[in-house]
Amino acid sequence: MRFLFHCDVMANPGEILIEATDICVAFGSQNVLDHVGLLVRRGEIVTLIGLNGAGKTTLVKTLLGLIKPQRGAVRRHPGLRIGYVPQRIDRDPVLPLNVLRFLTLAGGVSKASLAEVLGQVGLGDILQHPLADLSGGEMQRVLLARALLRRPDLLVLDEPLAGVDVTGQTELYNLIPQIRDRYHCGVLMVSHDLHVVMAATDDVVCLNHHVCCTGHPHSVARDPAFVELFGTSFAKVAAVYSHHHDHVHDATGGVVPLHDDEHRHG
Amino acid sequence: MDEFLIRALLAGTGVALIAGPLGCFIVWRRMAYFGAALSHSALLGVALGILIGIEPIYTVAVFCVVLALAIFKLQRYRMLATDTLLSILAHGALALGLVVVAFMEQVRMDLMAYLFGDILAVGWADVALMFAVAVVVLAWLAYTWRDLIAATVNRDLAIVEGIAVERIELGFVVVVAAVIALGMKAVGVLLVVSLLTIPAAAARAWSATPERMAVGAVAVGVVSSGLGVMGSYWWDAPAGPMIVIWTCIFFVAGLLGARLKSPR
Repeated sequence: MRFLFHCDVMANPGEILIEATDICVAFGSQNVLDHVGLLVRRGEIVTLIGLNGAGKTTLVKTLLGLIKPQRGAVRRHPGLRIGYVPQRIDRDPVLPLNVLRFLTLAGGVSKASLAEVLGQVGLGDILQHPLADLSGGEMQRVLLARALLRRPDLLVLDEPLAGVDVTGQTELYNLIPQIRDRYHCGVLMVSHDLHVVMAATDDVVCLNHHVCCTGHPHSVARDPAFVELFGTSFAKVAAVYSHHHDHVHDATGGVVPLHDDEHRHG
Repeated sequence: MDEFLIRALLAGTGVALIAGPLGCFIVWRRMAYFGAALSHSALLGVALGILIGIEPIYTVAVFCVVLALAIFKLQRYRMLATDTLLSILAHGALALGLVVVAFMEQVRMDLMAYLFGDILAVGWADVALMFAVAVVVLAWLAYTWRDLIAATVNRDLAIVEGIAVERIELGFVVVVAAVIALGMKAVGVLLVVSLLTIPAAAARAWSATPERMAVGAVAVGVVSSGLGVMGSYWWDAPAGPMIVIWTCIFFVAGLLGARLKSPR
């Protein structure tokens, strides 16, 4: 359905943006990623969940090309533009930099798109503020704005809600599907937060060095491998959300009725 | 004015022109210890130059570049922190340099001139070399400025945004090595890093943008080297340390001035 509204001929909805196959990464003798595969299509929100130290950030960095895997391959759609929102960045007051400068570091940013993106992420008139003076929540929005200014095909968010207060969190959750629709991009998100996963995710990948299970959030929540990792709290959250979501979006954004068995084990 | 004073003033200006902006990156990237390690090991480069009969400034430049690249590669060795590796390299090379110098009895070598510099003794060839290097380095800086800033603010973001960060970082360490070789002529291996760090630090309190900080660092460096050379001439004090003292005075003045400007 959404395909009809997005008349962008360049963007073929549902095309594979990035695909990792058989990724192995070890630090020293420790296997952090063990034959991991992941795929993100345009228009799809994929959430990576897992306990601390499960290799989520390592997988994200491998996909971004920041870590070279010992084995396996990452294939990107040719000319793929990635917008990356890291967990946090060190802001060093020794380097004098205001928000405007930070946002335009990559170059090629017009005034109009700057104003538009700032509006989208809910940032006020802070362009002249020193970067080092921003609050954690403001900084997350600035990072998101920098990613969006690239007009990304793929938006990668690594725990985007770290350091954001609760009200800000709800706002940001709601923002992510809006961004997906607006930019018609794929989204890969790392999250601890079960509410986010339920409210705004097409596909969940549960990682514990290997991919434990993957599929729609509802079905994954009932997967024995998942329950073993996360306990039943996730299933309870899933129950809260299940009456809001009686369908999923397929790869082209069309509405598809939800099947409980729509998931795979790994 | 005596010609040797003009040469000294020009040499100081040439070094300060490139030490200002590069020093800002040294400060921003927290590489002061990297610079110190390189410059301390430069003494081995001096000894090598004298041994094989080449003007030491060239052997120091080559030696520093090789060492910088070695450090750059060794940083990936995760068993030891970078500052530990730097300490091993710096002091190992400094000790080796001192021993080699001590064995060269047949060559008269003014160790003090290399340890603390002898800017009043630079020749026209040195001055020409300094300005030639300054032009190349400033051109490289102008060309990579935006990318170098982006890589300094956040390396991962810069890589994801398509900047060739590794190539820029390699270029940066090579350029720093060249500046250390030149600066050694002015203030010696023990003090040369101060030409990079102190003017940049002095400019920070007055700078709202990276560019202003770089220009401010150049200004502090140029004025300090001028005052240092003249002070050395007037009061018969060692020129290199005099230059460094002036940069420190500007640093303290900058701190006090900024405090007066915005009392907290």
